[in-house]
Amino acid sequence: MKNIKGKKLRSNMITYLIVIIAFVIIQGLSSGGILTNNIKGMLVPICAYICMAISLNLTVGILGELSLGHAGFMSVGAFTGVVVTLCLETSVSSGPLRLLIAIVCGAITAAIAGVIIGIPVLRLQGDYLAIVTLAFGEIIKNILNNTYIGLDETGLHFSMKDMNALQAAGGKVLLNGPMGAIGVTKLSTFAAGFILVLVVLTVALNLINSRTGRAVMAIRDNRIAAEATGINITKYKLMAFVTSASLAGMAGALYALNYSTIVPKKFDFNTSILILVFVVLGGIGNIRGSIIAAAILTILPEMLRAFSNYRMLIYAIVLILVMLGTNNPLLKRKIGEFREKIGLSRKAIDMTTEGGDRDGK
Amino acid sequence: MNLLTYLINGISLGSVYAIIALGYTMVYGIAKMLNFAHGDVIMVGGYICFITMNYLHMPGIAGVLLAVVVCTILGIVIEKLAYKPLRQATSLAVLITAIGVSYFLQNAALLIFKADPKVFTSVVNIPSIKLFDGQLVISGVTLVTIAANIIIMVCLTAFTSKTKMGKAMRAVSEDKGAAQLMGIDVNRTISVTFAIGSGLAAIAGVLLCSAYPTLMPTTGSMPGIKAFVAAVLGGIGSIPGAMLGGILLGIIEIFAKAYISTQLSDAIVFAVLIIVLLIRPAGLLGKKISEKV
Amino acid sequence: MASNVTRERTKMVPLPSDSIVPERDVNKRPVLEARHLGIDFGGLTAVDEFNLAIGPTEIAGLIGPNGAGKTTVFNLLTNVYKPTRGTVILNGKDTKGMRIDQVNRAGIARTFQNIRLFTDLTVEENVRIGLHNEIKCNMFSGILRLPSHWRTEKEFHDRSMELLKIFDMEYLADVKAGALPYGAQRRLEIVRALATNPSLLLLDEPAAGMNPSETAELMENIRKIRDQFQIAIMLIEHDMSLVMGICEGIAVLNYGKIIAKGTPEEIQNNPQVIEAYLGKQGED
Repeated sequence: MKNIKGKKLRSNMITYLIVIIAFVIIQGLSSGGILTNNIKGMLVPICAYICMAISLNLTVGILGELSLGHAGFMSVGAFTGVVVTLCLETSVSSGPLRLLIAIVCGAITAAIAGVIIGIPVLRLQGDYLAIVTLAFGEIIKNILNNTYIGLDETGLHFSMKDMNALQAAGGKVLLNGPMGAIGVTKLSTFAAGFILVLVVLTVALNLINSRTGRAVMAIRDNRIAAEATGINITKYKLMAFVTSASLAGMAGALYALNYSTIVPKKFDFNTSILILVFVVLGGIGNIRGSIIAAAILTILPEMLRAFSNYRMLIYAIVLILVMLGTNNPLLKRKIGEFREKIGLSRKAIDMTTEGGDRDGK
Repeated sequence: MNLLTYLINGISLGSVYAIIALGYTMVYGIAKMLNFAHGDVIMVGGYICFITMNYLHMPGIAGVLLAVVVCTILGIVIEKLAYKPLRQATSLAVLITAIGVSYFLQNAALLIFKADPKVFTSVVNIPSIKLFDGQLVISGVTLVTIAANIIIMVCLTAFTSKTKMGKAMRAVSEDKGAAQLMGIDVNRTISVTFAIGSGLAAIAGVLLCSAYPTLMPTTGSMPGIKAFVAAVLGGIGSIPGAMLGGILLGIIEIFAKAYISTQLSDAIVFAVLIIVLLIRPAGLLGKKISEKV
Repeated sequence: MASNVTRERTKMVPLPSDSIVPERDVNKRPVLEARHLGIDFGGLTAVDEFNLAIGPTEIAGLIGPNGAGKTTVFNLLTNVYKPTRGTVILNGKDTKGMRIDQVNRAGIARTFQNIRLFTDLTVEENVRIGLHNEIKCNMFSGILRLPSHWRTEKEFHDRSMELLKIFDMEYLADVKAGALPYGAQRRLEIVRALATNPSLLLLDEPAAGMNPSETAELMENIRKIRDQFQIAIMLIEHDMSLVMGICEGIAVLNYGKIIAKGTPEEIQNNPQVIEAYLGKQGED
């Protein structure tokens, strides 16, 4: 009885440990001057992508719904964060505090977006749900592309037309439509990213292993049975979706405040897909896998720099080969046996090996 | 008169979407997969036609034919290499593989043709038609696009309802297992579906580039997504649905651009999709399959 | 307030004359009353004029040939299908317009003909989900691991184990539900349904796929559950030995209509039933 609890706990502890050890090693390498500037520049984005992958895994793995527009929530968080920090530039002098406020505000606005989008989206099912998340992702991008925000003594000004409409005398331009935000102070640090990863990880793991998480997974496994067992499916689906959205918002704020310029186009369909790739390659429902996949796949193009122009081509080929390889029945069995042997498998707790293999929908 | 011009332009753009959407919908119906690489096949078709005309100095019609042949083969090869080994895998695994194929095609095109946009010479050299004393001008491309769409629609409908292969396709899309038991070669049927879809994508690519004459490695992405939206709007898996969805989407997009906002036209198109799906969760002509309790 | 009004009303309406409620439940308010219940699917009448009352501690049976509409009746009672006609009154409350989960909270729990477990979760977790509305703890408490989280988790565990004891399944607590053998899956579904603390338990073919000794054991257990929890149970079953053995009242459904109601003896001797149902059995 204690056994399974212990296993779950141990598995979670290993995940935390991996994150902490990786941070310590990278900090060491960084202060030792071993890391190239290129790699150093990628540390914060890696943290942001790890958070995104965990967040999307909540939707895809735990809630069991495919989302193709997750970058939309990231961008809501990103631009909220940027606008908030620009507004507070004079009143809050402490950088880390401003970053914290930005991340919290990013989480809140993304959560609000999650509610607005989740209510209609979660009524649909399967591929139709997926395409609607794609549509919402594009709509968010499109709207942000046409949002102009300015700041002057009288306060914030919004416009959907152009900058001239709100060019108050001597005001500051915060968000300039497709040009995005310019002149943002870089606030994100690797340490901040690391802390955010830990926070997001804790939220995700604690949610999964709680009453709410079980209800969500029950809906994923069998909607009708969950309903007949007294679970309000709309409520719990929305809870999971909004949590996922707010985590994405945090990641977005962290990401945006790592650059001096950030444009809405950065968070398009391709970014949503990129994050989905992390989740699928890391293992659906497997939070630790998401973290590792996000880290490796973000660095991979950098590692392939030696191949210069061919690197994205190679990335594509690697992606296809990995998908073909991991879904090869023979190879799959072999990997399963291997994992069984070294006791890594989450399926090791099964009495039979074939039960509960649920890698998707 | 403006209204009529917009309407005709909308139908023309919608025809391109419809032709692409047919590929999406047929592949989805039969293989139950979202083939995100489909949009990039359009781009390949465009480049093949561009090369034939500009480097081989052959007439436009040769370019079209060559593009169709190359894309058909490409479609079959992609299916054989990337999707067929995943027949038993989850739909998400196939989706990610399709995205891998999409990256591959885009980056291969980037290496071969470079990122700078190519100016595509229209394959259509029919003069424009002027009606109502020149108040209404319909370009040759528009006419050809609409005509091509109608011809394709008629041919496909005849194909799926009359021929043996077409019937096999419908059988496979209804129930793969049962079709196999009835002696249908499922693998061959899927191959043919990919071939037809990709061939149509080539035609769509040429028509798209003729109407909007810039060609880049990413040319296919957005029309691909829009066509996908069109397929879902009409009811994914349904051939008349793809046609209806495509044309509606084209008209909505042109009208949104003309009367509401050019910048927000995409958002409006996607919003229409969402509203339609909320009212009819399986699209306009899709069948709703309810779960048996 | 509204519920009080309905309660009064239902008390005043006498039970239908053909009521089969057992002696000890006759003067109590029935746990469930279906009145003129019916549903059409695209013009086709699947169930019609379904009238039934179930006593608060009754074991009732619903039998009938394949396709008679038995599972449809269960779906109507639990609002999985919205009835075209008629009303369902559960513990004095009209269930019209309730969501499926609200019907469950109002007192009906069920199992499914084609087993519907949360296959990727463990046996214990399946039962915990049944306890979801019994033991409350909000999302933030779970995320922040507040003391209330730990307290409720312990409660979840203890209650789950207690419930699993009914079928002696405690030793399977950590097995994934999807990996269980068929019979155990059926039993787990019953435990999960019981966990929701129902006043009426609907069992859809609980003995399907079980061998005679398993069926006999199940029979014992169904009786035990009724005695221990003091609830009503209604079951759909094709195994006549089980139905005749434990049901106090039986309704026979054919072509969506009740053709007979009565005690097992009455049903066994009813010529209409023999013709529609038992007669068919005699042939094979």
